[in-house]
Parts: sequence; structure tokens; C-alpha cells
Amino acid sequence: MNLEELKKIREKAQKDVELRQKQARIRVVVGMGTSGIAAGAREVLKTFVEEVGRRNLTDVLVTQTGEKGLASREPMVEIFEEGKPVVVYGNMDPEKTKRVVVEHIVNGNPVSEYVVEVM
Amino acid sequence: MMDEIASHIIDIVANSLAAHAHNITIAIEKDSARSLLILNIKDDGIGMDNEMTQKVQDPFFSTKTGRKVGLGIPLLKGTAETTGGSFFLTSEPGKGTEIRVLFHTSHPDLPPLGNIKDTILVLIVANPDVDFLFTYTDNGKQFVIDTKEIKELLGGVPINHPEVISFLTKYLDEHL
Repeated sequence: MNLEELKKIREKAQKDVELRQKQARIRVVVGMGTSGIAAGAREVLKTFVEEVGRRNLTDVLVTQTGEKGLASREPMVEIFEEGKPVVVYGNMDPEKTKRVVVEHIVNGNPVSEYVVEVM
Repeated sequence: MMDEIASHIIDIVANSLAAHAHNITIAIEKDSARSLLILNIKDDGIGMDNEMTQKVQDPFFSTKTGRKVGLGIPLLKGTAETTGGSFFLTSEPGKGTEIRVLFHTSHPDLPPLGNIKDTILVLIVANPDVDFLFTYTDNGKQFVIDTKEIKELLGGVPINHPEVISFLTKYLDEHL
């Protein structure tokens, strides 16, 4: 496996890139401040990133942000979706993350048990 | 709580991101002959003046009113010093910040390195507008990943595209 393979990806992916540049359907933001990291935010972020790659979710963007200011609920994740309220999940872990990917991101049903806030 | 060096790296990089860095260099070097593990993180963010550079190393101070820098720096400094190592922080307003940490690998309190592959992957993918130059040197054997080079090869395809994420995951698995 070497970096030259990126050129193949480039040719293959160019088409859906044009689609994606218009607007990502869903934006996932993981809080990566000190308390978030200490509570396991990296594993949560890694799971989101991995699932997006594995399921080829070309319309989902995963990004990180700083401290969310609610240390007792870390790791925290916000899901932004055009035309819908922002859903905030708390006390996340890789298993919960997988469920959020399937039920919320893929099938459109937020996992109410993990929701700490809807904005 | 911050029980791995990998967690410290993410935490320090979070400060660089808060300081609006566009380029972040991360270097890890294992030097068995000298029983040292050296971590170097450098950014081109807004930087800090002398007073702030001192303050952020103080566990009883944090700019948390503005929530920019957390406890991460004093924690990392404490960990390094516990192993008999040392911690250097240099910063200049408008230029950026550099942190250099030496850990003594023979000390029993040295935290494990942790999952460096995942750390680098999530930093690259979750911050597509930032460029990372990551170097891992294990007793002279070196691995380098440069997002500028990757972005150039990708043309207009974003570095956080699912296909690229899968590639990077495998690439890091194989080479790091």
C-alpha cells in the first residue's frame, strides 16, 4: 500500500465530490477538549470516522471542536442536519456511536436514550 | 485520566487548533540508547506572549473563562517531569508555539504511548483544513506522513472522503 493509490481514489471519487461540495447532508462534531479526551472522545471520533469510511457515507462530515463545557457528559457529540434541530449526545462510547450511525445518521431516527439536548 | 501519551498529543493539538493554526508538526522519537522518548509539537497559530506562556504551564491557571487552554499543558509537563524528563514551551505572538517534551523511558511512571495510529487518523480527518506533518522515528527508522503531499495527490478530493479515510486507515496500519 503506497500513496500512489490516492490517484486511483482521486479518479474514482471525483464524481461524488461534486455532489458533496454542494452541501454535506449531516455534520457530526465531536468535542475534543481535555475532559472529552480523558473521557474517551478519541475512540468516539475514531468510530465515527471509521463508520463513515466503511459505509461510504459520502454526504457525512465528521469534525472536531474544543471543550463543550459540560464535563460530566463527555464525550459529547453534536449532529447537525439541514432543516432539523441540532441533536446533542452525551456520555458516548464506541458502541453507542455505532448505534447512532445506524439509527440516526443512516436511518434518520435519533437515539433518544443518549440525547442530552435538542437545540 | 490522561493515561497515554497519544491523549496528550490530541490535547496539545486542540490548543493549536484553538490558536487557529494552519500547519501543525508532530514528531515522536524513540531513542533507546539514551532511554528517551521525545515529543515535539509545533504550530503556526496566534502564539502567546511571555506572561501567557508562563501561565498556561501553571495548573492553577487556565484561560477557561474564554475556554482556550485547559489543564492539558500542566498535566503533560507533570508527567514528563515525573519520569525525570523535561518540558519546554516556546511561543511568540503572531508566529506560533512549540512544545518539546522529553520522557525517560526507563522510569516506571512513563505512560504508554497509546494508539498513535488512531490519533493521527482522527486529527487528519477531523481537521481537513489544517495541514499536519507527522514524523515517527523509532531508533533511526522513520515514518513520515504529510497531508500537503496527500492533498496534492488527491487533487480536489477531500482528505475526509470515505475512500480516503479507508485508505489512510490501512496505510497507517501497514506503515506505522
